[in-house]
Amino acid sequence: MSSSSLPTEPLGLAPSGTVHVSHDHHEIGFLKKYVFSTDHKMIGIQFLFTGLVTLLIGGLLAMGIRWQLAFPWTEMPVLGKLLFPETGGVATPEGYTMLFTMHGTVMVFFVIIPLLTGAFGNFLIPLQIGAPDMAFPRLNMLGYWWMWPGIILMFLAFGTEGGGPAAGWTAYPPLSTIESAAPGSLNGQTLWLLALTFSGVSSMMGAVNYVTTIVKMRAPGMTIMRMPLSIWGLLIAALLQLFALPVLTAASFMQIFDRVFDAGFFNAPDTLVNNMSPEVDLGTAAGGHPLLWQHLFWFYSHPAVYIMVLPAMGFVSDILATHARKPIFGYKPMVYSLAGIAGLGFIVWGHHMFMSGLNPKVSLVFMTATIMIALPSAVKVFNWLGTLWGARIQLTTPMLFAIGFVAMFIIGGLSGIWMASTPVDIYIHDTYIIVAHFHYVVFAGSVFAIFASIYHWFPKMFGRMMNDTLGKVHFFGTFVFTNGVFYMMHQLGLAGLMRRTADPYAYELYAHLQPLNQFISYCAFALLGWQVLFVFNLFHSMFFGKRVGRNPWRANSLEWSAPSPPGHGNFDHQLEVVRGAYEYGDPEAEEDHLPQAVRVS
Amino acid sequence: MSESIAAYDPSVDAAAHHHPVYDYDSGPPVERGKFAIWLFLATEVMFFSGLIGAYIVLRTAAAEWPDPTKVLAVDITAFNTFVLITSSWLMVKSLFAAEAGDKGGILKWLGLTILGGSLFVGIQIYEYIELVKHGALPHANIFWSTFYLTTGFHGFHVIVGVIWLICAWFAALRGKYSPKNYLGLELAGLYWHFVDLVWVLLFTIIYLF
Repeated sequence: MSSSSLPTEPLGLAPSGTVHVSHDHHEIGFLKKYVFSTDHKMIGIQFLFTGLVTLLIGGLLAMGIRWQLAFPWTEMPVLGKLLFPETGGVATPEGYTMLFTMHGTVMVFFVIIPLLTGAFGNFLIPLQIGAPDMAFPRLNMLGYWWMWPGIILMFLAFGTEGGGPAAGWTAYPPLSTIESAAPGSLNGQTLWLLALTFSGVSSMMGAVNYVTTIVKMRAPGMTIMRMPLSIWGLLIAALLQLFALPVLTAASFMQIFDRVFDAGFFNAPDTLVNNMSPEVDLGTAAGGHPLLWQHLFWFYSHPAVYIMVLPAMGFVSDILATHARKPIFGYKPMVYSLAGIAGLGFIVWGHHMFMSGLNPKVSLVFMTATIMIALPSAVKVFNWLGTLWGARIQLTTPMLFAIGFVAMFIIGGLSGIWMASTPVDIYIHDTYIIVAHFHYVVFAGSVFAIFASIYHWFPKMFGRMMNDTLGKVHFFGTFVFTNGVFYMMHQLGLAGLMRRTADPYAYELYAHLQPLNQFISYCAFALLGWQVLFVFNLFHSMFFGKRVGRNPWRANSLEWSAPSPPGHGNFDHQLEVVRGAYEYGDPEAEEDHLPQAVRVS
Repeated sequence: MSESIAAYDPSVDAAAHHHPVYDYDSGPPVERGKFAIWLFLATEVMFFSGLIGAYIVLRTAAAEWPDPTKVLAVDITAFNTFVLITSSWLMVKSLFAAEAGDKGGILKWLGLTILGGSLFVGIQIYEYIELVKHGALPHANIFWSTFYLTTGFHGFHVIVGVIWLICAWFAALRGKYSPKNYLGLELAGLYWHFVDLVWVLLFTIIYLF
């Protein structure tokens, strides 16, 4: 951004000095301001930093996985001493299983969802709809703190006697319910289930709050079809959480019952594990079905995939339009396609279970529904491209990450359509193709969108800019290494490499894949190392970044008409929304953008 | 509508922090609290749908399923169902009292509702003790697993409801509810009716069929 545009005031607004509203007449104590805050902005920032710390932990776990796959059964530097002290830092087969289980769980439940809905949901919703705070500020605070028992239990599970949970993030029975099936998961699995329940309840508190706030607290004139697409993405993701998450909570309790009371919901009567007599582990109940867990789990966890991407799509839409200085192409189709993806997302969970013995006729239904998701997804992609078409693209850091999101989402989305086809899935099921696909969507997609959003909304959060040059260097390294890691996994998958195998080279047919795996690992280490640039930029800019006015990006949505950072209560004047959020490049306007609100009173 | 918003009153905040007063109310003409409680009840519906769905799947596929009317005490539980339905009616009476501004009425009818809910929990605990005495434990067979799962989580919801109603009773004692604003009582009532409704469903499918 050119510095001349930094102090720009929104159109129609007098400088903030004219209406004097004092914010700090009485001191708020440190604890109340930074720790037990009920202010949505502070809670959003708490979620942001918590999410970034857990992202680092999840990333380190991934490095452990990569080390084992590149150099199996050698001493793991740094992590090895911590995780495998009894073997001198060398991974064990059970330890490897624990690594990928925890990596997946931490990333899904304690990184992506808290960052997208917790951090940006909290920060953006009241600001973008013109509300002073969330509908229920104390519930909001409770939601944040409710996540902590989950985090603590999850990491306690690591150190439990018998080892951490080791049934994969999907926790399929009998691995998760019978102790002799997964020697690593004794009490760890129970703690894992409790942790999931805590994070789930936290998400539900958030979701109730978000939906109520968006429906009931929009500023005058903010009709639903004037809402920024970020709000639409967050609203629809919150609805998905409300209707899908309770089912996982119910299923988690059932698995806890299985483990603690031998209830037998998910254990088939004749299960034989590791040649042990069934009476050893199974209660006499054992009249249940392992498939029942899979249905209940994916009934939530497939919509969860969309919880992890719909807000990201919304943020990217806002960022693309702002930095391309062009209205978003096809606003209404963007809204309807978000809703379409969410609606279809509820009826496609079976595509995770094609190889589970599901009736092929049922598979056909799930396959068709899944492939239909390509339609609304394509609407979104073409509209993003349409937004960029002929635009005055400002290649700022947030824009680079947003364009990166679109590019990566296309790759992840296309492989998704292809693998939704049952015959294809029979070949590629549980191979690295799958790993490549969902990392393209969740890492190269959602995490790129999170980076874009941090760079874009950082000035609003802290009143300072992040360093743009450093940001660009951060982007290029991240982009190159991300593809170095995840693109190559497609090749591994086509070669038939199974996921979740501690030492694939024990099988001769996979031995030739080790060099490629080593290349991937080097890229992965570089990818994590590269994030030092981001961490430095984030903290340095918080204290020494260039100060900015209200609207450094010359954006339209309401948050940019509030001070940076906004005070308690957000807006120092009453707003009246008179137009949509995407009036950029209007030839009639004096400037190239028309903010959504005019000042009243 | 802004005067009826109980959950968050911007004017209170504005007075405390010298903020201008905004008029933020959009969407359907219901209070925020009531809107949120319906969302919460939707999550509860999905929670019990998960449990009942699992029950249906397990029962359909089970090799054998005992006749619940033979192994469960249907007569006692039928009485218990009557107690719970009556307590829902008592809850409505306390809402009428709140509407009329009759504080004594609220306390009387709400107190009876709490009594009904407590009686329900008591009878259920008695039932559990008797069953456990006869060896009917979750690991005995899948019938008992599903029985304790569904009735147990319902019982937990009743206990939460009773605690909520007790809080509402003390709020009423402090004179928090006026004919114009008794939203807190109404929200507790909505939850109570939901718990009641779930029980009617559970009683039918678990005990009678």
